[in-house]
Amino acid sequence: MDRPRKDERPDYKTWKDIPLTPVCNFTTIKGNPTGGWRTFRPIVDMDKCIKCGICWQDCPDAAIVWEEDHPVWLYSHCKGCGICARECPSDAIEMELEVKI
Amino acid sequence: MSTKKVISGNYTASYASMLCRAEVVPAYPITPQTTIVEKIAEFVASGQMKAQYINVESEHSAMAACISAALTGVRTFTATSAHGLVLMHEMLHWAAGARTPVIMANINRALAPPWNVWADHTDSMSQRDTGWIQIYCSSNQEVLDTLILCYKVCEQPDIMLPAMVNLDAFILSHTSEVVDVPDQKEVDDFLPQFNPEIKLDVDEPLSFGTLAFPSSWYMEWRYKIQHAHDLAAKRLVEEAKAFEKHFGRPWGGLIEEYRSKDAEIILVTMSTIASTTKDVVDSLRDQGRDVGLVRIKSFRPFPTKDLREALGHAKVVGVADRSHTFGNEGPLFTEVKGALYNHDRRPPLVGFTVGIGGRDVLGSTIEGLYDHLEKVADGEAYKEVRWIDLIGDEEEVV
Repeated sequence: MDRPRKDERPDYKTWKDIPLTPVCNFTTIKGNPTGGWRTFRPIVDMDKCIKCGICWQDCPDAAIVWEEDHPVWLYSHCKGCGICARECPSDAIEMELEVKI
Repeated sequence: MSTKKVISGNYTASYASMLCRAEVVPAYPITPQTTIVEKIAEFVASGQMKAQYINVESEHSAMAACISAALTGVRTFTATSAHGLVLMHEMLHWAAGARTPVIMANINRALAPPWNVWADHTDSMSQRDTGWIQIYCSSNQEVLDTLILCYKVCEQPDIMLPAMVNLDAFILSHTSEVVDVPDQKEVDDFLPQFNPEIKLDVDEPLSFGTLAFPSSWYMEWRYKIQHAHDLAAKRLVEEAKAFEKHFGRPWGGLIEEYRSKDAEIILVTMSTIASTTKDVVDSLRDQGRDVGLVRIKSFRPFPTKDLREALGHAKVVGVADRSHTFGNEGPLFTEVKGALYNHDRRPPLVGFTVGIGGRDVLGSTIEGLYDHLEKVADGEAYKEVRWIDLIGDEEEVV
């Protein structure tokens, strides 16, 4: 079986065509918007942010991307776990209840 | 050149993992398995074995680490028993679903409460539906040979299944026997390097174990596990022939038939109970009694076809289980009955629940089972399921 190529959605016809185990090159961020599950939304105060990258590194999914010199939250994907806010060394991230927003 | 070593079943498993060049061994101790991973730790510390030994915080983590390591394309090994195995349960499903050929030694031990560390198959029987290949051994030599064979079969590109090699607590795990241990070159010549077609690679990332919907491919992925078991049933036998040619020692097939081909009364069992049964069969045959043994070695894949051929001619068949499915009967009994039900020849079957929690299954115990089966063969009314050697009273028919 060939390794799936980048951004390819193979056209499988039968169980014989599919790989032994589900493997894909699409990250969940592309395929599955999961932001609707979120109860608390991380809001960053850029005045407090020291651009250390810890939030980006510790996000257990791929909901924070690094743009130029600062983090950006992809709210269509972020499930609101709050790890970024818990780990931020400068307390720049607040978790706000979605219904208030 | 192979070496004869006098070693326990546990140390046999340790040597096998070294000879098979397991590269990652995540381990958590549990009686009576602990000496397997202790010995591996010694091998790794002394530099004899080139492996990453990971001390994990639980058996659940041990299996998670095995799966992740196997997905990067390295050979893995771990060992566990009883509560350790049942704590792994979720990850056992994951290992099979992710099609990682993780190989594990499981020491068959009873579950608590009450605490009991002796031989009993409840731990692995309750993992029956996880998708793992399950082989049950009756000697230390068979432990070594089965582990080598399992790596050989499970890593084949169309199989890619995990396998559990089971040995009875203390009866094998802590009993020393003479084991013919092959040298490294002999094993290397038989067992090629593990090289999966798809693996985790930081330079070319892929997502593994993603989402599958009811409408597309989840059911097909489950079917592919069944298909791989069907292939494994054939491949185990084929590779066993190659094993025999290479190492000069037979492994046999999915079942072992012992003086059963011309026997009217056959007992089906597994593991070390089968070793004792062979002696009983010999002595009863000397007395002119028409008895034989069929030992099931591979419980998954289940040898339905072999059992039909081996048991169809019998006048009566008994099945001795070292575990019990509460609310029904022994799981081996259920499956043997199931295998025969759609066969044109269907002898009456009796299920015996024996040796629970390591209670001794003596030659006299097994002779009692054959006595019972002879009465059934003579047409006496019988209970379909018997609990053998309950203290004081027999089981109650409600």
